[in-house]
Amino acid sequence: MNNLGENSKVHTSTSGYSFTSNEELQEKIKNLEQELNDLKNQLSDIIQNKNKVAIVVFSGDIDRVLAAMIIATGAASFGKEVSLFFTFWGLNSIKVKRKLNNKNLNQKLFSILNPNNFSNLPVSKMNFFGLGAMMLKSMMKNKNVSGIEYLIKIGKELGIKYIACEMSKEVLGINDDELMEGVESGGVSYFLSHALNSAMTIFI
Amino acid sequence: MNYDILVDARGLSCPLPIVRTKQELNKAPSGKIIKVIATDKGSIKDFQGFANLDKNIELLKQETEKDENGQEVYIHYILKK
Repeated sequence: MNNLGENSKVHTSTSGYSFTSNEELQEKIKNLEQELNDLKNQLSDIIQNKNKVAIVVFSGDIDRVLAAMIIATGAASFGKEVSLFFTFWGLNSIKVKRKLNNKNLNQKLFSILNPNNFSNLPVSKMNFFGLGAMMLKSMMKNKNVSGIEYLIKIGKELGIKYIACEMSKEVLGINDDELMEGVESGGVSYFLSHALNSAMTIFI
Repeated sequence: MNYDILVDARGLSCPLPIVRTKQELNKAPSGKIIKVIATDKGSIKDFQGFANLDKNIELLKQETEKDENGQEVYIHYILKK
């Protein structure tokens, strides 16, 4: 009698008891609907993930940050959710002023040797103590290429998320009031939670 | 060609013509046509890529003209779906 359940099932489906087969059908439809819903949810997750872009801005050089900002603002206007992670030298590109309080000697030195705000970033090559950066800026102006200050501002309007790396902020002793407004802080897991769900991750 | 909204992106470089257009698109109700005038040569390919990626817009027409100063301008007509 152990096999009764299975046998009776076969019996009912082959002999065509409409009541039981209807129930079976409904059960099957229910399962299929459930599976379909699961698939739909997975698909919408995938589509949503394709809609995100994560960029790590490690460099604090004007040319590199410019590249990052152009990709970021471009992607944001294409309707992508963009998050920018500023770490190490990259923190210089969201710095608005220099403050020396709450810093130890090394951090003070570091702060003095680094640009005091994002308008004074060096070029990655041929900087010549700032002369190269000045030349590049005037060349950009000639060609009507907008500077990073403007792109960062417009990025905010487009909803780009700016995230400063908590760890490098602490190592370098950078205070929150030195960075521009609207910058969040986060660690590696915060970054990974964005990056792993992104269609594109760039390290600049 | 008729249009509802004009975006003057003359003198702006990549990616600002797209950024400005997107800002107008966000404000505009659907069914409106936006005319973009740009001097950035890359805007031709940029708007084609934009239309490919953004399913809510359609690139209706692209033209190259000369403005009153003899400078080449690139005109794009975009429909917000």
